[in-house]
Amino acid sequence: MMIHEDLRPADGDPYLLDVNDLVVHFRAGRKRLWDKPSFVHAVDGVSFRVKRGTTFGIVGESGSGKSTTAQAIMRLVQATSGQVVFRGEDIMPLTGEPLRKARKHLQIVFQDPFSALDPRRRAGDQIREPLDLLEIGNRSERDARVRKLLAEVGLPPEAADLFPHQFSGGQRQRLCIARALAPEPELIVCDEAVSALDVAIQAQILNLLKKLQRERGLTYIFISHDLGVIQQFCDEIAVMYLGKIAEQAPASALFTAPRHPYTWSLVSAAVPPGPLRDELKAKYLVKGEPPSPVDPPPGCRFAQRCPFAEARCREELPFLDATGHEHYVACHRKDEIGVPDFTPRPVSGPIG
Amino acid sequence: MTPVLSVENLSVSMTNRDGDLVPVLENLSFNIDKGRTIALVGESGCGKSMTALAIMRLLPEGFVITGGRIVLDGEDLLAARPKRMRALRGDAMSMVFQEPMTALNPLYTVGDQIAEVLYYHRRLSRKDAAEQAVQFLKAVQIPAAEQRAKAYPHQMSGGMRQRVMIAMALACRPKLLIADEPTTALDVTVQAQIFDLLAQLQDETETAIVLITHDLGAVAELADEIAVLYAGRCIETGPAHEIAARPRHPYTRGLLGCVPHLAVGVAKPEVWTDLGEIPGMVPGLGNRGPDCAFLARCANASELCRSKPQPPLGHVEAGHAVSCWRAEEIAA
Amino acid sequence: MSTMESRLAMAQKPVPAVTKVPKAVSPARAALRQFMKSPSGVAGAVLLLVLIAGTIFGPWLHPVDPLDIVGMPFAPPDADALFGTDYLGRDVLAGLIYGGRATLTVGAVAALITIVIGVTVGALAGFFGGWVDALLVKISEFFQVLPPLLFAMVLVTLFGPKLSTITVAIGAVSWTSAARLTRAEFMRLRDLDFIKASRAAGAGNLHLILRVVLPNALPPIIVSATLAIGTAILFEGGLSFLGLGDPNTMSWGLMIGQNRNYVLDAWWAVTFPGAAIFLAVLAVSLVGDGVNDAVNPRLRRR
Repeated sequence: MMIHEDLRPADGDPYLLDVNDLVVHFRAGRKRLWDKPSFVHAVDGVSFRVKRGTTFGIVGESGSGKSTTAQAIMRLVQATSGQVVFRGEDIMPLTGEPLRKARKHLQIVFQDPFSALDPRRRAGDQIREPLDLLEIGNRSERDARVRKLLAEVGLPPEAADLFPHQFSGGQRQRLCIARALAPEPELIVCDEAVSALDVAIQAQILNLLKKLQRERGLTYIFISHDLGVIQQFCDEIAVMYLGKIAEQAPASALFTAPRHPYTWSLVSAAVPPGPLRDELKAKYLVKGEPPSPVDPPPGCRFAQRCPFAEARCREELPFLDATGHEHYVACHRKDEIGVPDFTPRPVSGPIG
Repeated sequence: MTPVLSVENLSVSMTNRDGDLVPVLENLSFNIDKGRTIALVGESGCGKSMTALAIMRLLPEGFVITGGRIVLDGEDLLAARPKRMRALRGDAMSMVFQEPMTALNPLYTVGDQIAEVLYYHRRLSRKDAAEQAVQFLKAVQIPAAEQRAKAYPHQMSGGMRQRVMIAMALACRPKLLIADEPTTALDVTVQAQIFDLLAQLQDETETAIVLITHDLGAVAELADEIAVLYAGRCIETGPAHEIAARPRHPYTRGLLGCVPHLAVGVAKPEVWTDLGEIPGMVPGLGNRGPDCAFLARCANASELCRSKPQPPLGHVEAGHAVSCWRAEEIAA
Repeated sequence: MSTMESRLAMAQKPVPAVTKVPKAVSPARAALRQFMKSPSGVAGAVLLLVLIAGTIFGPWLHPVDPLDIVGMPFAPPDADALFGTDYLGRDVLAGLIYGGRATLTVGAVAALITIVIGVTVGALAGFFGGWVDALLVKISEFFQVLPPLLFAMVLVTLFGPKLSTITVAIGAVSWTSAARLTRAEFMRLRDLDFIKASRAAGAGNLHLILRVVLPNALPPIIVSATLAIGTAILFEGGLSFLGLGDPNTMSWGLMIGQNRNYVLDAWWAVTFPGAAIFLAVLAVSLVGDGVNDAVNPRLRRR
C-alpha cells in the first residue's frame, strides 16, 4: 500500500507537523463607529511539533482556542499569521490544487456526529466523497474501498446505502472516522471527537481510534476538555488558555509534576472524588470563568485568576520555557511555586 | 420520616407512528428524604430525562404516564389538577436544565426573571421581589450581584447563567429540585464550582435533589443514593458509595470501567490498554422485550438469563438492589 | 472490583455495532410519502392537474379559436356557448382553455425565473459573505424598495406588452424574497461541520455550493417556488387587468381586463376567468402547504 511508503520520514525528520507562531485573530467589530476595531485573539502565537505516529493532545476550556488551532491547521479557518509545516512543506500559503493535494494527508473528525454528516446524502457516498474529489482509484476500486473502510470501523457493508438519520450517535461517529480515513491521511485531527458521545460509546470510539493508529501508523491531534481521556489517549499534551499554550509536556510528566497553576486548577477539577480531590480543589481550583479573548490585556493571560500572580505577571507576557525533558511552561513564577503534592491521602470514614 | 418525593412503579409510554403504546419507562420506584440527593444515571435513551419530566408533569406530546404514583410531600401529583400543578412548579418543586441559554428568556434581565418567580408564587411586591432576586444572585456567588441583576442572559457566561438558573430554581425554597444534566454544557472547572454550589445550597435549604446525569463517576461526590437506569428500567439502586465501590450489575460495572479517570502522581503506562467497552448499544424504543434489557450486550449472560424475563430488583445488601439473575455469582 | 477483569469479560464477546440493517429511505422519497399523507397537498395537486389537463386537452373537446367572433356580444351561457360570449362576441370557454395555457405558463416560467435569479444571488451572497454579500444585498435592496407593480408596468411599457416581456418583468420584480431566503439558509449551513468535512476532503467552492449546501437549502426554497407560481399568476392577472396584457394572446387576466367595464351586463365574461384564477392560485397554495409539511421535518408528527 502506498500509505506505508509515505509514512517513512523522507529526510529522517521525526516530526510530521511543525506549527510555528500560529495566530488567528477575528474582527469583533468596534464599540463606536469612530473607534478602532477590536479583535478576538482566538489563537495568539501557538507553536508545537507533532512526532510521526504519536498522539498530540490539546486540552483547554471553551474559548481557549484549541478548536480554532485545529481548524487553522486544517486550513478551515484562515490564520492571521504563522507557519504550519506539514510533511516538510509550509501549507499556509497554499491555494487551489496544491492545497487539495495537501488535504489528502490531513483529515478531521468533528465533535457533533449529527452536524458532521450531510443529512441528504447516503453514508457510502459521503465516505466516497474524498475519493471522488481527490480522484483516487477508479469507480469499482472506490466502492471496494468504502466497503473495506466500513468494515474497519465496525459497520456492515449495507450501511453504505443508508442515510445518516438511520444511525445512532456512535455509529455516525464511526462513519465520520471512515470518511476521514478514506484518502489514507497521515494526520487526523480529532476535534472533541468523543465529547458528545455516551461514556460506553466513547470507550468504543477511543479503542477504535487506537486500533486504527496501530494498524496504519496514524498521527493524531486530539482535542478534548476531558483530562482523563487526554491523559490515557495522548503521548504529548498542550494545555491551552485564552489562545496561548500555558504548559506542554509528555503525558506522564504533565500529570506527575505539572508546573502551571492553570494546569493545577484543571487537574483539581478532574481528579476522582476523595480526600485528594477535596484538598486539591480547596488549594488550586480557580474561581469564575476565563475572561473574554477580545483585546486581552498585556501580561500573562491567566494572571487575572491566578492565585500566585504578582505585579510582573500582569505586565509582562511569560514565554513558554523548557523546564525539563520536553516539558515547557509559560509562567514567571514557575521556579518559586513548586508542584502540587499528589500522594494519595488516607481515607477518613466512608466516601461520599 | 416520610420521604419528600416518592415514586412508585412509575411507567411512561410513547405513542408511536402507528398509534401503539411503546414503553419508555417501566416500573420505576425510588424515594428521597429531605436534604438528600438521588442520582438517576444512564446513557441517552435510558429514560432518565423522561422521569424528570414525568415528575414535573411536563411530558412532551405523545408521552403518557401509564401507571404508578408520584407523591410529593404527601400529595399525589398524578391526581393534581393542571392549576395545582402550575402552582407547585417553581414553588414546591423546580428544575434546572442542561442548557442554561435556552432555558432563560433572552428578553428579560436575569434579575427580573428571578423576581418573576417570587412575584408569582410568593405574592411579593415588585420592589421586594427585585431586592430578593439580588440576594439570591449573591447566594449563588455571582460577583457584583446588584449590577448583574440588570444583565441579560446573553451578557453572561455559561457558568454564570447556570448559577442564575439555580437561583431561580431555589428562589421559593422548593422541597424538590430536579437537576437535569446541570453541568454537562459547562467547562470542567466550572462544573466543579457548580457541584460545590449545589452541595452548599442543599446544606442550607435542605432541598431534596434528583440529579440526572450520564457520568456515574462524577455523581459519587454529590449523590447519597444512585439509581442506574437502562432502557427504561432501573437495574441497580443503592447508596452512592456502595455502588461506586461495589457495583453488582454488569452494566454498572461496564459504565464504571469504560470511563478513563484521571490518575495523578503516577506515571501513565507506556502501552495503551483498551478501555473496557460495552459492545453494541441501548435497544431502541419498541425493541424491548420482556427478557433482561441488557441481555444482548451482557458478557455475563448465561442460558439462565436467556430463558427468563427481566429479573426483579433483588436486595443483595441493605438498601442495595440489583436486577440481575446472576447478581450473587457476579459479586463473588 | 477490578476494572481489568470486567474489561476482559467484555472483550470476549464482540457484538457488531449494527445488528439489524434497516431499509434506506432517501429524504426525497420520505418527503413524497409525507406529501401523499397531506390532505390539502393532495387536493391541491389534483385540482392543479385538472386545470393543466383542461388547458392541454381542452382544444380537442372544444375546438374553437378564442380570438374568433362566434356570435353576438354578451350572449349569455347557453347550448351554443356554454360559458357565454364576451364584449366582442368571442367564446368565453375557448378563452378559458387557451387563456389557461398562457396564464399557467406565465406563472410557471415567471416563478422559475424568480427562483433561478433569487437562488443564484442568495447562494453567492450567503456562501461567500464579506464584500460579495454586501454588494449583492445592496443590489437586491434596490429592487426591494421599488413598488413591484409599478416597476413591472414600467418594464412592460418600455419593452412592449408581449407575453415574454410580462413573464420576465414578473420574474425581475419578485426574485428578492427568494434571494433573502436562500442567503439565510446558506449562511446557516455554511458553518456546519459537514460542509467543513467536505472542504477538508478537497471540495472546491462550486462543488460545495451545488452539491453540498444547495440540496440542504432546498426544502424552504421549494416551498417558496411553489408559492411563487401563485403570486406570478396573480401578478399577470393584475397587469392584464390594468390593460398591460398581451392583446394578441388570450389569458385569464386579459379576459377580466377587457370585460371589466361590462360586468353588470355580462357577469359571465368576468366571473369565469376570475374563478379560474382563484382555483389555480388556490391549487398552488394547497400544494405549497403540502410541500411545506413534507419537507419541513420539524412540523412532522412523530
